[in-house]
Amino acid sequence: MNIHIPTPLRVYSDKKDTVTVDATTVGQALDALTAKHPELKKHLYSDEGKLRSFVNVYLNDEDIRYLPEKEATKVSDKDALSIIPSIAGGCSPHGHTRFAGLAVQAHAPLAQEIIDANFSRSRNE
Amino acid sequence: MLKLNEQVYDAIRRHGEETYPHECCGVLLGQSAEGVNSVEDAVRAGNTRTDSAHNRYHISPQELVKIQRQGRERGLDIVGFYHSHPDHPAQWSPTDFAEAHWLGCSYVITAVEKGAARQTNSFLLQGMTEEDKSFANEQIEVERLQVAPVEIAELEAERCR
Repeated sequence: MNIHIPTPLRVYSDKKDTVTVDATTVGQALDALTAKHPELKKHLYSDEGKLRSFVNVYLNDEDIRYLPEKEATKVSDKDALSIIPSIAGGCSPHGHTRFAGLAVQAHAPLAQEIIDANFSRSRNE
Repeated sequence: MLKLNEQVYDAIRRHGEETYPHECCGVLLGQSAEGVNSVEDAVRAGNTRTDSAHNRYHISPQELVKIQRQGRERGLDIVGFYHSHPDHPAQWSPTDFAEAHWLGCSYVITAVEKGAARQTNSFLLQGMTEEDKSFANEQIEVERLQVAPVEIAELEAERCR
């Protein structure tokens, strides 16, 4: 079956966007993937061996976390697994001053750089 | 650097105006090479954070899987994401940083003030791991669409009628 690798993780899969493995369950497929590309393991799993909270694995269009048999779910060659890191965010509810302050505290050089930033183009400049 | 054409750039900004006072969000499809994320298309996504859509966004992974699949069929990868900050600056927030996991991708933010798109900035999520990631300012290069002389003449004639 094919496992689709997201762009950030291709550096650990020899730049392949799709890795083909032989497996009969979701768990076997993921094991085969990390056996082929061991560097992927620490990016997919926590130290406790569980999928990292922001890593989603979909069997076709289903999140494996919500499948009745989870990683023991049977698969065929026609199925595909997709690894999808989550995407979310949003502006702070505390306003610019507060979030800028937090940013400076956490990442001082970068935050200051951002505050001072000049960008090459914006229509409303 | 983030490269995109004027049509895509305008579509991203327009999306933020349309969803105001809520945050919009979407996916940037294109190609990544030699430090440049080149965008071919911006795909709108639904914001699942209906409980707090004015200051949060979240794209359902299921929708992301579909967008990634459609991109793959067109030979395009996910190279970035965009969202709006209604009545907030176009700077990444602690929430944006905490929830950013696509290393090497561009995160585009448009400030929308009272319904009108203002500044648009891009930040590259750099680093090799989740533990050493950081946002870096990223230059945006907008390619202007060329209008053929004959089209200009037609527009001019239309204007004079």
